[in-house]
Amino acid sequence: MSDEAFTTARLPGASAIHFRPVTMERKHVRVALILISLAFLGLFLIMPVVAVFVEAFRGGMPAFAEAIFEPDAAAAIRLTLLVAAISVPCNLVFGLAASWAIAKFDFKGKSLLNTLIDLPFSVSPVIAGLIYILMFGSQSLLGPWLKSEGIQVIFAVPGIVLATIFVTFPFVARELIPLMEEQGRGDEEAALSLGASGFQVFFRVTLPNVKWALLYGVLLCNARAMGEFGAVSVVSGHIRGLTNTMPLHVEILYNEYNFAAAFAVASLLALLALFTLVVKSVLEWRYADEIAATRRH
Amino acid sequence: MAATTIASVRKSSVIPGFGLALGVTLTYLSLIVLIPLAGLFWRSASGGLDEFIRISTDPRTLAALRLSFTTSFVAALVNLVFGLILAWILVRYEFPGRRLLDAVIDLPFALPTAVAGIALTTLYAPNGWIGAWLAPLGIRIAYSQTGIIIALIFIGLPFVVRSVQPVLEDLNREVEEVAATLGANRRQTVRRVVMPALWPALLTGFALAFARAVGEYGSVIFIAGNSPYKTEIAPLLIVIKLEEFSYSGATTIAVLMLIASFLVLLAINLIQSWSRRRYGDV
Repeated sequence: MSDEAFTTARLPGASAIHFRPVTMERKHVRVALILISLAFLGLFLIMPVVAVFVEAFRGGMPAFAEAIFEPDAAAAIRLTLLVAAISVPCNLVFGLAASWAIAKFDFKGKSLLNTLIDLPFSVSPVIAGLIYILMFGSQSLLGPWLKSEGIQVIFAVPGIVLATIFVTFPFVARELIPLMEEQGRGDEEAALSLGASGFQVFFRVTLPNVKWALLYGVLLCNARAMGEFGAVSVVSGHIRGLTNTMPLHVEILYNEYNFAAAFAVASLLALLALFTLVVKSVLEWRYADEIAATRRH
Repeated sequence: MAATTIASVRKSSVIPGFGLALGVTLTYLSLIVLIPLAGLFWRSASGGLDEFIRISTDPRTLAALRLSFTTSFVAALVNLVFGLILAWILVRYEFPGRRLLDAVIDLPFALPTAVAGIALTTLYAPNGWIGAWLAPLGIRIAYSQTGIIIALIFIGLPFVVRSVQPVLEDLNREVEEVAATLGANRRQTVRRVVMPALWPALLTGFALAFARAVGEYGSVIFIAGNSPYKTEIAPLLIVIKLEEFSYSGATTIAVLMLIASFLVLLAINLIQSWSRRRYGDV
């Protein structure tokens, strides 16, 4: 109602009447708020991204290509892909299990479980790295045993994977739980009463119901996994060509004042972020109802 | 045995798979999160109280913790104000580019922190795009506390916007119309009718932005300058202690950070439930 009134008020011809709905601010307030927002976002969010690409291509295309295909950079890209390829599926399986348990059943301690799932969000990434060093490092209880077995966790790929899993732990579950809670249990109960098995219900009823939210959760989880810096930095040991992920490689190049190369690698990560945002926006516009539940919480 | 425990925990349901789903969830949660975190506290406790007190009263530790918590508080406060304005214009106004703006809000969630860090430093360094304009005026952003706050504003912004936005969307406009027909002007309506309904969501966003900012590392270390006692944040001090192989130092600071964050979040939760009781849930 008020929105329609608002549109008529915005028509050029209507300006003579100067009609404003009571639930709308004065025009100069509206314009001021929009301009403040644009300035704020431009200064804080958009300019940094523009800066990444401008700096990346400052030396031209050949310098950009050289920075990306250089062996250490290529190794960092491969390691980042490997870490994401392990940690995202782990968190996907966990997210599905957790949301199934929480959304489809009532049990004691449910809200505690909900809180615990979100715990990694409020733990510093540096602390996330630290706890694995305390568990698996040479100083730890497990340290001597791991050493005698020849297993290296810290300053090696397993530690990087563990730290990444910790930091991206809640992403899939956080997207699925509110949506599945809102969808209720009716569909599943109907399918069961028609004779479907548990796995049929899961794969043919529940999963299709949440597929877009799931995709979105996986994308966010992946973006965080590939871009994680603090936690990985603590456990990686920064061995060039071996335990350097892309963000760590960016740091090393930057600290060596090799800005063009640092921004070249950074621009790949920025592209990943932009890609994630584009897919997210497309999903939200096309399947608004199916992922809207997450926004309502 | 297992079946009876499950039955006593769960209320009856025809849907299968409770044991499997909860089993996977609890096992994974314990292995990845709970046991390693418990290990941190156990390690800290086994180091002895004297060591704990010595490190936690060290001036450098205190300076780092104070810096982390004050800069995070200021950044979350800035985000509270601008997050509210952004949520407001995205929900209430129609203007060209609104959808694009809505999408851009999530950028800090998706952009790796290290990338944000070097980009912000490039902009705000004394010879940077923005820094070069401010340097002649005597304003120094990068390599100072202001730089830290800028980075923390960047990473915390979406939390406030995304907490407030859905509440604002669901808000019943008729209540505002009633206020207007009863003679309230727009300012009064916003202040006394709309804002009370938004406070819980605003506080949630503030708490999330604050918690994230306290622990933030990647975007801050590039822009901060990292000089001890002045621009050295607590997570960085943990990393420095680890590089010096001072595990007890790193552990103590980590425990202090977690306890302090927990207390702040608890306080915000209490304020929230108080405002819910006062203004009703929305």
